[in-house]
Amino acid sequence: MSCCGATPDHEDLDAVARLLVGRLGAFVKTLRDNGFAVGLQEGQDAAAVMAAGYAGKPGLLRSAFKHLFAARKSEWDRFDGLFDAFWLGKRVRSRSLVSGAAPAANSPSLKSLQDANAGQSGPQGATDQIPSDDPPRDAGGEGRSEGASRVETLADTDFRRLADPQQVALAHEAAARLARVMRTRLTRRDQVRRKGQRLDLRRTIHRSISHGGVPIALVHRRRKSKPLRLVVLLDASGSMSAYTAVFLRFIHGVLDTFREAEAFLFHTRLAYVSDAMKERDAARALDRLSMMAQGAGGGTRIGESLQTFNRWHAARVLHSRSCVMIVSDGYDTGDPALLGREMAQLRRRCRRIVWLNPMLGWDGYAPEARGIKAALPHVDLYAPAHTLRSLAALEPYLARL
Amino acid sequence: MKARDDIAKSLAACGYIADGELATAVALMQLLKRPLLLEGEAGVGKTEVAKALASVHATELIRLQCYEGLDQSSALYEWNYQRQLLAIEAHRGQPDTIEDQIFSEKYLLERPLLAAIRRARPPVLLIDEIDRADDEFEAFLLELLSDFQVSIPELGTVKATSIPHVVLTSNGTRELSDALRRRCLYHYVDYPDVDREARIILARIGGASASLALQIARLVEGLRKEELRKVPGVAETLDWAAALVGLDVRDLKDQPELVHDTLMCLLKTHEDRARITREITARLVGKVA
Repeated sequence: MSCCGATPDHEDLDAVARLLVGRLGAFVKTLRDNGFAVGLQEGQDAAAVMAAGYAGKPGLLRSAFKHLFAARKSEWDRFDGLFDAFWLGKRVRSRSLVSGAAPAANSPSLKSLQDANAGQSGPQGATDQIPSDDPPRDAGGEGRSEGASRVETLADTDFRRLADPQQVALAHEAAARLARVMRTRLTRRDQVRRKGQRLDLRRTIHRSISHGGVPIALVHRRRKSKPLRLVVLLDASGSMSAYTAVFLRFIHGVLDTFREAEAFLFHTRLAYVSDAMKERDAARALDRLSMMAQGAGGGTRIGESLQTFNRWHAARVLHSRSCVMIVSDGYDTGDPALLGREMAQLRRRCRRIVWLNPMLGWDGYAPEARGIKAALPHVDLYAPAHTLRSLAALEPYLARL
Repeated sequence: MKARDDIAKSLAACGYIADGELATAVALMQLLKRPLLLEGEAGVGKTEVAKALASVHATELIRLQCYEGLDQSSALYEWNYQRQLLAIEAHRGQPDTIEDQIFSEKYLLERPLLAAIRRARPPVLLIDEIDRADDEFEAFLLELLSDFQVSIPELGTVKATSIPHVVLTSNGTRELSDALRRRCLYHYVDYPDVDREARIILARIGGASASLALQIARLVEGLRKEELRKVPGVAETLDWAAALVGLDVRDLKDQPELVHDTLMCLLKTHEDRARITREITARLVGKVA
């Protein structure tokens, strides 16, 4: 164990120090591989910590490093395992290993889902059960007309048939436009205005100096507006595989534009993906996502995923001005009663729940799945989302929130 | 190393029953000159850490409570407009000198952040519930925490005379920026275990016996495992312990009815109150005794 073998001899100490610094570099790299954001400064500080005598006892060093390197609860919880594995050679609990250390190429990833889709392999997996050859459906003319000339041919194409990268780019654009029109909300932060509710004394007095102290020009402040918060829960299960890629692009566009937006992915469990999605470059974002998408393309447990969301994320992510957007086909392998209960709880916490169901756009589809029947009473808007036109049709609704 | 052990001792001496890792965090704060970010559920004693830290360093505690819309004039500094107006009136006729005069120290109102960097002895600066402030304030704070200087347009740059010990707390109602997290040391404050909670009760509530404190701590731990909407924190435990001591309860088993009736100190929503029925209370009391 290199970290506790220091002897008082000077040359030995030097050698030990060099060895330690080398090991420290490797440790920092391990942390980065596990999704910790560790910068140069942290590395230097870690060396300083070791030099200050913390390297003597593993327990102490672990505690010191934990404070230094962890930056949030999830990292705080995982750190001990990683530290022990690296410095003390113990086995890491399997959970911390899967959450990032595994090479992305080996795991079934969303990236590969998307690539497969773009490579025109068509709907796969569970989509086989459902009719795959229906004609593009007219969304009923409620779509916006701006930009229609470019989107026109695409607007009515089911996302399942979006293959060409250019079309995907257009979908991204539509998503970005959607995000921009969302109405903004009032906050308590003020902005200097010529007309406003409150006097800005500081600026008023400053201006009055040139008039010998007579405040002729009054300066006001008024409330600044801020965007509504959007929380997207995207179903990444097998039955949704044909749509997942496009919706990931959509979510990426929304997170780009919205400062207050969060995204989650669920299949059999829930994953928080906002951080990965905030990557500017869409391809890189999808790359990062692939690490989290363990089990994507399998079954869905909507109820349990919502339970996780309500229990661990809702307090942080939701406030009274939030809109929750669930994108799912409602094919749930879990308990519908649980789904109903969790939907009711979610309903109490946010302003609106929008449920987008790609299959709603298909001819002859009725919400028969038990899961969706349990969820529907709590949903404010239940809408199709299988074409760009149907997504665009959401604009006016979301703008009214 | 030595610093860490000293801190652990003095934290205990000033009545803060810390978990082992907190002493390390405090020692690192001094070694690396970084702020400490404390996260955890409401009521686990995050604010208390700052208070204990102030008494460990025998220094002043300066507190900034964050809220949405918190801005520079209430966090950093503000000019005393009333006095400025008076001064302008009083010196009517000498417009050349008046501007220099009214924008001087005499007319400056210190707010917590400015006060914290202008003390002779480094104070503890507690920035409470940073997650309630908005992104703009967070960005501003980040700048202050790295440079420790403030520029006041009318007065010039104010450099820190001492670098305060900064403690930030967050309840996690909003995700903090990565930049701020990276700038800080991180410590997650969890609910204390039974033993530590019992010691906290003993330290804080005069008149509680060791056996009662242990019973209370066990019962609260049992309660935290029930599915509650609002899990009781340490502050609630202390309230409840004080109530029981005030009502002259010696042993929880003797008065299960009273235990149930005083649970209002711990359960703060209607649903939780309804969920913990008399039977559940009886079961919990049975377990702890």
